[in-house]
Amino acid sequence: MGARRESEPTPTKNRTTVERKSDRELVVTRTFNGPARIVFEAWTKPELFQQWWVPKSMGMFLRSCEMDVRAGGRYRLVFGHDASNPDEFFGRYIEVIPHSRLVWTNDEGGDGGPITTVTFEERGGKTLLVMSELYPSKEALDAAGTGAADMMRETFAQLDELLVILGASVGRS
Amino acid sequence: MCPILNYMVQYIRTGFNASFAALSDATRRGVLEQLGCADASITDLAEKFHMTLTGMRKHVGVLEQAGLVTTEKVGRVRTCKLGLRRLEEEAAWIERYRQLWDARFDELDKVVEELKRKEKSDGRKKRE
Repeated sequence: MGARRESEPTPTKNRTTVERKSDRELVVTRTFNGPARIVFEAWTKPELFQQWWVPKSMGMFLRSCEMDVRAGGRYRLVFGHDASNPDEFFGRYIEVIPHSRLVWTNDEGGDGGPITTVTFEERGGKTLLVMSELYPSKEALDAAGTGAADMMRETFAQLDELLVILGASVGRS
Repeated sequence: MCPILNYMVQYIRTGFNASFAALSDATRRGVLEQLGCADASITDLAEKFHMTLTGMRKHVGVLEQAGLVTTEKVGRVRTCKLGLRRLEEEAAWIERYRQLWDARFDELDKVVEELKRKEKSDGRKKRE
């Protein structure tokens, strides 16, 4: 096995960065190797959007995806294998500027939902994408983050237990 | 379209699966045990487990994806540490959030490539 030469999986991959810009804003950036009109198309045509929004590695199932991409238009995404217990995400587009800017609300959680702004900036055939999620307050963002952190803490606690068990078995073998 | 918490619920479900997969291998469990005692470079770990650098890099990559190990490159040396316990809580959820978007954008790369290909061949057809 050691003798086999393995080639390094190093295609030039663009980096995704996430930054907490302020108390109530999270910003994700990424460059894509294509013009803005193409990247924008992939964000606004449901049949294309569905191909990437749910990464295969996540094991999620998108039941339906409706998008009326124009100012005032609504969107609705329904996840879940179980029709009686779906996860729904919905809201409306506030601003739609072709090939350059999308703004939408996230209304599934009531008033505390963020406003999402996506901008597409073309430079030399590549597109810099900046996505911001602006929460109504620091508390709302903290609650979202803390909720996630709480959940992770619980998951990690289970994992810790598992590691102890596995560690014991490594010690024995 | 998916506030953080919802992302996390979905992501953690799969993250947990990734952790189980990462832990299914005896070498990787050994690496975790080792890092539990002290941080180590990939070279240290490769020597300790009698493996090639490439082989060890792969194992560390799997552990890193599962969030069990973090690595940091200083100069030429990549140092590995246990991931979960040492990450600050906020940094931890932001990193998960980043990984989710990263996975999503990798898929989006494929869609963009496909559209570019199509545009090119449509253009060619029009010219013919």
